[in-house]
Amino acid sequence: MLRHVHWWLVAAALLLLLSCEREERSFRQTPASANVVNTIQVSQLHPGGQQIATPAVPNIYEENAYAVSEGKRLYENFNCVGCHAHGGGGIGPPLMDDEWIYGGEPANIFSTIMEGRPNGMPAWRGRIPENQGWQIVAYVRSMSGQVRTDVASGRSDHMQGKKPEANTPREQPTGITGAPAHQ
Amino acid sequence: MRIARAAAYATLLIAAGCQSNHSMLRSSASRQAANIEWLYWFIFWISLVVFVLVISFFARGSARSQVDDEEMAPVLPQDEERDRGAKAGVAVAIGITVVTLFVVLALSVVTGKTTAGLTSQNPITIQVIGHQWWWEFRYPNPQADLTVSTANEVHLPVGKPIVVLTTSRDVIHSFWLPNVDGKRDLLPGYQSAFTFQVDKPGIYHGQCAEFCGEQHAHMGFEMVAEPMDEFQQWLQQQRKSATDPQDITTVRGREVFLTHACVLCHTVRGTDAGSKVGPDLTHLASRRMLAAATLSNAPGSLAGWITDPQRLKPGARMPANPLQPDDLQALVTYLRSLQ
Repeated sequence: MLRHVHWWLVAAALLLLLSCEREERSFRQTPASANVVNTIQVSQLHPGGQQIATPAVPNIYEENAYAVSEGKRLYENFNCVGCHAHGGGGIGPPLMDDEWIYGGEPANIFSTIMEGRPNGMPAWRGRIPENQGWQIVAYVRSMSGQVRTDVASGRSDHMQGKKPEANTPREQPTGITGAPAHQ
Repeated sequence: MRIARAAAYATLLIAAGCQSNHSMLRSSASRQAANIEWLYWFIFWISLVVFVLVISFFARGSARSQVDDEEMAPVLPQDEERDRGAKAGVAVAIGITVVTLFVVLALSVVTGKTTAGLTSQNPITIQVIGHQWWWEFRYPNPQADLTVSTANEVHLPVGKPIVVLTTSRDVIHSFWLPNVDGKRDLLPGYQSAFTFQVDKPGIYHGQCAEFCGEQHAHMGFEMVAEPMDEFQQWLQQQRKSATDPQDITTVRGREVFLTHACVLCHTVRGTDAGSKVGPDLTHLASRRMLAAATLSNAPGSLAGWITDPQRLKPGARMPANPLQPDDLQALVTYLRSLQ
């Protein structure tokens, strides 16, 4: 048994190597179609008794650290910071809290970015490519702790005024998709 | 036969290295590079002489050995005369080595001084800004609208000191023009400066020399060294804003540019596009290469690059742009008109 100990070591090392598979960086993949935006409800006033549920669109980018960090970079590049700051808000509403005026599900946020919203949010459809839009959605949701902590970003390029997204406790979203917003 | 084939492959391998003028050891274009080149060859020839001497002494010693494999080495009789000769030989060798070392040291210091102490009287100042994965070159001017920003192609006048101010927007890059000077790191959030002067006109290839991510290996640029009047002419042209398009396809092309993703990252001076995320495209058609000196600036490569940059350079910051064929045609026509 002891004579073969080095073979066991080699086997163990090979086993360790197997665990080296990292998450993939996909550069050409576009996630969930954006067709859902037609059924997104943006107001709590609606005729009839039924509220239309937000369609559940899984955003594969929320499982991918590279995509979330790309979203973070684009959030800055496309000047989302200009109004929403680094999540704390300013001219626009804060994004790191639990309150979602137009809903906090991935499909809601995607729709808000692409279609724009009253009082200042521009419509980015045609300007921001769809896959980058979904990357920004993943990052925006990471600001209130909605994505896995090992996927969310652990540091920032700018001066940090709050905990990094990876250390942000998960907020319970309220608003159009959850309990009524308190405003 | 096998040897001949091996020799042929080896020759091909060596010939592959001759492909571009991307070497510090050939065609130096500046005084710094000439100094460094001279020092390199000087040290090379000294090392070669030492190498040949050592190997020949070793070979001579091996040839003279008369001991059989099985036998013990014989105990040599003491020989005062020979010992003294050997001692003198070793002393002379040490003396020559020490003198050579000091000569090389002195030459290194002299080369370092001439390389660093270049005059910067009345220079041209440029800014080099590293981005993942392209180069921004700016020609600052106190009058803001005369400041020129271009990408991946830097024009410089020959025979004039150039002061280069360097910084980076994201990670550490390294500016390297092998025919001109050594490598200089570009550090994010920190500006540093260095001086060089190009003496020989020509087109030289430059390269990022510090690993900076997926497309590091394809982060090249071109330096066009030209006489002062041609340089001034180029700079005057670059200062102009884009002219308004004349024919209907070009007008449509500009509309495509301004209503699609292009406008979020690129600038065309003279239009509403003013974002600084990607390269300034005001004079795109005047450049020789596209995509950090990886594609020639032809309509086909431009269209391919716009449609699917991720196929050509995976990981590049530019997203794919699935445009309608006639929109793409118009956009390419418009970009080709930006002289």
